[in-house]
Amino acid sequence: MIKTKKKKLTHLKKKVITAVLLIIAVTCGIVFITPTVLTITNSFMAQSEISANYGALFAETETGGKQFVAEKINLKFIPDMLSFTQYLTVLLKSPDYLFKFWNSVILTAPIVLFQLMFAAISAYAFARLRGKAKEVLFFIYLIIMLMPYQVTLVPNYLVADMLNILDTRWSIILPGIFTPFAVYLLAKIMRRIPYSLVEAAKLDGAAERQIFAHIYLPLTKGAFVSAAILVFIDNWNMVEQPLIMFSDSSKYPLSVFLSQINTGEIGLAFAVAVIYMMPALFIFLYGEEYLVEGIAYSGGIKG
Amino acid sequence: MKKIFDLSCIFNMKIRTYAHNIKHSRLGNAVRADDTFPFLCLLPGLIGVLVFFGMPFLIVIFYSFVDNPVNKEFVFLDNYINLLRNNAFKNAAVNTFEFAVTAVPLAVVLSLFLAFLLNEKIPGVSVWRSVFLSPLMVPVASVVLIWQVVFNQNGTVNVILEHFGLTAVDWFKSDYGMIVVTLLFLWKNLGYNMVLFLAGLQQIPVDLIEVAKLEGMGSIRQFFAIKLRYLSPTILFVAIMSLINSFKVFREVYLLTGDYPYSSLYLLQHFMNNTFRTLDYQKLSSAAVIMGIVMVIIIGTLFIIENRFGHEDEND
Repeated sequence: MIKTKKKKLTHLKKKVITAVLLIIAVTCGIVFITPTVLTITNSFMAQSEISANYGALFAETETGGKQFVAEKINLKFIPDMLSFTQYLTVLLKSPDYLFKFWNSVILTAPIVLFQLMFAAISAYAFARLRGKAKEVLFFIYLIIMLMPYQVTLVPNYLVADMLNILDTRWSIILPGIFTPFAVYLLAKIMRRIPYSLVEAAKLDGAAERQIFAHIYLPLTKGAFVSAAILVFIDNWNMVEQPLIMFSDSSKYPLSVFLSQINTGEIGLAFAVAVIYMMPALFIFLYGEEYLVEGIAYSGGIKG
Repeated sequence: MKKIFDLSCIFNMKIRTYAHNIKHSRLGNAVRADDTFPFLCLLPGLIGVLVFFGMPFLIVIFYSFVDNPVNKEFVFLDNYINLLRNNAFKNAAVNTFEFAVTAVPLAVVLSLFLAFLLNEKIPGVSVWRSVFLSPLMVPVASVVLIWQVVFNQNGTVNVILEHFGLTAVDWFKSDYGMIVVTLLFLWKNLGYNMVLFLAGLQQIPVDLIEVAKLEGMGSIRQFFAIKLRYLSPTILFVAIMSLINSFKVFREVYLLTGDYPYSSLYLLQHFMNNTFRTLDYQKLSSAAVIMGIVMVIIIGTLFIIENRFGHEDEND
């Protein structure tokens, strides 16, 4: 009798706890997703609505900070009227933004592609080679990977200067390709492949090249996708390198250019912001599992 | 309590014998001899790393000890002394340090909390994970507009503050700036850390928790005696990653406030950018070397701590 009552009580307790946790999760969730959702909804506002709501935002800068700002900013979740005019303007009438978008693509794509290609063979080497020298080298790669841009940009700039590639895209792409992040991630995963597989392949007469192509590559396919996503996000978001390597702002990727937007174009900026986050969000929707796996695998630095 | 340790010992031993068997299997030495191909694989990447990171960093160290790149006269520590006397550098270093010291622990604790939240059996776990992870994917430049709307002098936060009779704050032009930047940092990075912790939580053997429950261990004791112990390598890794990412908060600050922000928001990357403009190689190289040394010391310390306390998780 008492026992069943107790059981009921604990059952109730569990339900209450779940409800409380769920409320916490919902609250946190709303906070996390709101900025992204707001950016998207605001991109569907007509210019008049944007000016009415956010006119006060840039009023100071318009007249040199002396203007009396009467209106407050009115943050709005849902546009009064759904309008695609901002997108039309971006896509058809202001090629500037599309150029900057292209700048981002042309910087990010080669970095992702070639960093992974070089990383594939380097990681294979790290997984197969043995000995102290390899360990030391891997540690050096790790340190380079962990260095912030404040440190690595100085040597990168020196090399770019020596190779005469300053102010060209190569000055960002080349150091980007050899950033050891993908090597680190892939080597960690390739190390988990049991050596008995290699032995079996060798007994069957497989050459080293075949072991790489038919055992290591297919077994780490998922890891490649994970690494590609992580390298992509970081470079799609680049700010530090273009500021230092490019003296000419026409080469800036959209990530830097978006912040230098003109006062009259806030509405456009929202649309550009959405266009800019689309590739990343798209990858997120389709590759979230890989992303999560990639992050999880990168954990535990010793590997 | 003792039982728990026995269990984890057995668990570890099993893994070790397994690893041992693989390493020393019968054929191991006979077929392993040829390392030529793996070595050739290493070369292209290694050359790239040496050309773009290794060699120039040695030059940077050299530059930090000479008077200028043309004259190349050895001046010992003069460049460093000048740098440490430079007020802009001091301001930037202090701000960056203060930010890291507050934001990194917050990022670790809050993401651990989120991971535990999602590790409970609440409905829609995968949805919440996506929601918390989504800021990682959104480019900083895309949400900067919203931050400006929210934290502007006439922005949403101030409107709310005034509604409750509080005085408005000019967030980006006051000492409160760092609070905002910390919030933006947490918004972007908590999801990443949370995933790391969720992976760490998966590593805790389920039987261990079961035994603890059977022995009547409370959930708080369980947390400190088992979960935190097993999570310690993850905690250190999250701390390192958060530290690295804390340097990237420059992106938010730069996109919000430009080249010369309010002095409380002046970070090391601002200092570097402005020094690049005058191409003062001495300042640049000595600053890079100092920061590099500090990073190596911090990361090295964390490694040593992990070696000491993270023993139990050594299973790859």
